[in-house]
Amino acid sequence: MVRDITIGQYFPGKSLLHRMDPRVKIVLTLIFIFVIFFCKNFFALGLMAAFLIGGICISGVPFKMLLKSLKAIMVIVVITGLLNLFYAAGGNVLLDLGFAKITDKGVYTAIFMTVRIACLIIGSSLMTYTTTPTMLTDAIERLLSPLKVFNIQVNTLAMMMTLALRFIPTLIEEIDKIMNAQKARGADLENGNLIQRAKALVPILVPLFVSSFRRAYELAFAMECRCYTGSNKRTRMKQMKLSWLDLLFVIGIAVLVTGVILFNHFFTHLI
Amino acid sequence: MGKIIEFENVSFRYEADEDGMLLPLALKDISLSVEQGSFVAVLGHNGSGKSTFAKLTNAINIPEEGRVLVNGLDTREEKNIDEIRRIVGMVFQNPDNQIVATIVEDDVAFGPENLGVEPAEIRSRVDDALNAVGMYDFRESEPYKLSGGQKQRVAIAGVIAMQTQCIVLDEPTAMLDPNGRKEVLSTIKRLNKERGITVVLVTHFMDEAVQADRVVVIDNGRIYLDGTPREVFSQAEKLIAAGLDVPQATQLAKYLNSNGIDIRTDILNEEECIEAIFSLLRSK
Repeated sequence: MVRDITIGQYFPGKSLLHRMDPRVKIVLTLIFIFVIFFCKNFFALGLMAAFLIGGICISGVPFKMLLKSLKAIMVIVVITGLLNLFYAAGGNVLLDLGFAKITDKGVYTAIFMTVRIACLIIGSSLMTYTTTPTMLTDAIERLLSPLKVFNIQVNTLAMMMTLALRFIPTLIEEIDKIMNAQKARGADLENGNLIQRAKALVPILVPLFVSSFRRAYELAFAMECRCYTGSNKRTRMKQMKLSWLDLLFVIGIAVLVTGVILFNHFFTHLI
Repeated sequence: MGKIIEFENVSFRYEADEDGMLLPLALKDISLSVEQGSFVAVLGHNGSGKSTFAKLTNAINIPEEGRVLVNGLDTREEKNIDEIRRIVGMVFQNPDNQIVATIVEDDVAFGPENLGVEPAEIRSRVDDALNAVGMYDFRESEPYKLSGGQKQRVAIAGVIAMQTQCIVLDEPTAMLDPNGRKEVLSTIKRLNKERGITVVLVTHFMDEAVQADRVVVIDNGRIYLDGTPREVFSQAEKLIAAGLDVPQATQLAKYLNSNGIDIRTDILNEEECIEAIFSLLRSK
């Protein structure tokens, strides 16, 4: 029930990936995604996939869980695969269906594209599986802190993100209560067509909004009482420190990038 | 002992509503001072002005007339507000609406972080505060998984970590079950005894007020009664007239007394009542 909801998709653990500095993790994941798009052939992409599988093994996140994240975008993967299969130009014809031809180049691109998207999604979910939402917001705050130069209130933005995360379980509980209260008064939430059901949501959303504003009002008081002013003078208890571990992963990614460049340039004749 | 909070002829009214109608005064001509290290309970029924009183102590409400001094600092002065809130911390009724972080220890750290305290110093303050309220083992939990009483103790820890000298609690137990109420109250009492933190407990529970050093009853925006729990609760008629209850033990003693049984009427709790009845029976 409500007590068990997890925010985001964190998989608790103490692996090397979990212990890595979240800032480094975000940056390295971005580089990883970026490099995926620069892979020109299977050797380069294979290297990426191998690296990713290594990462999964280190993280201790069950492979099944990662596949689940892939499920959500399965449709996109399949459509991309099929489109590439039928519409890739050139190559030797393997199968002639009359309305379309399947060429070896088509098969090749289809597999290539599918693997590429899979790597992309699994790579980024690996990051969210090994980082708590709190750590993510903290890391984003610190990564964006140079924007202070342009007068952007980074810590206010981060505060907003933290509060949003903090209030998700509270509001879910509240929705649950309101729904029960309305059901007790005879509200029918399950039956009827789409429009009727959408209409049935109004008596749930209105009290939810009203109570959210009341909460916001009280929270603002409480924050003021604890001397929150939104100024830049705030310090943080948890400092993020880079360690040898982060250096290790940086080196790992650097090796990977070099590998991909090498494969891209020197093995083009293999295909 | 010095005075930490002083009210001098304070009157307060809330801002007019949309129609521009002037609202009646919520508090009228209140003069009172709270001694450093004392435990004061403020009693009153709904709408008596007791929450308004609480919010005047740390400059959320600013008096319309008269003044409020916190360690000699006037709450009407804008420049004093930060310092005042560092001296007087506040805990509210609904624990869900005062916890800001997704992890217990981060929430406790929120106050010191706002004050710009050094990270290492915050760490030690947070650990100390969590130990003080007995929540250290839950430091890495998520607040929504805690019970009401535990959440309220986290909120108290958040105030202690700011090293406030005084905690004002505005009906901290109103939304809690009996166990949660006991937890919170014993925590408050321990902080008052062991750390000498001044406590102002706004409540409408008699059994909580009984445990304070001093009880102030507010009715209709005025101070109605003020004294030790024994002095206040022995005036049962007056309390009932103000729409308040009397502790059950006191009430029982009153009934017995008015029915011609020779029992003292300044009884505060069950133990005293049992003792009195016991000695009465034995003497016969």
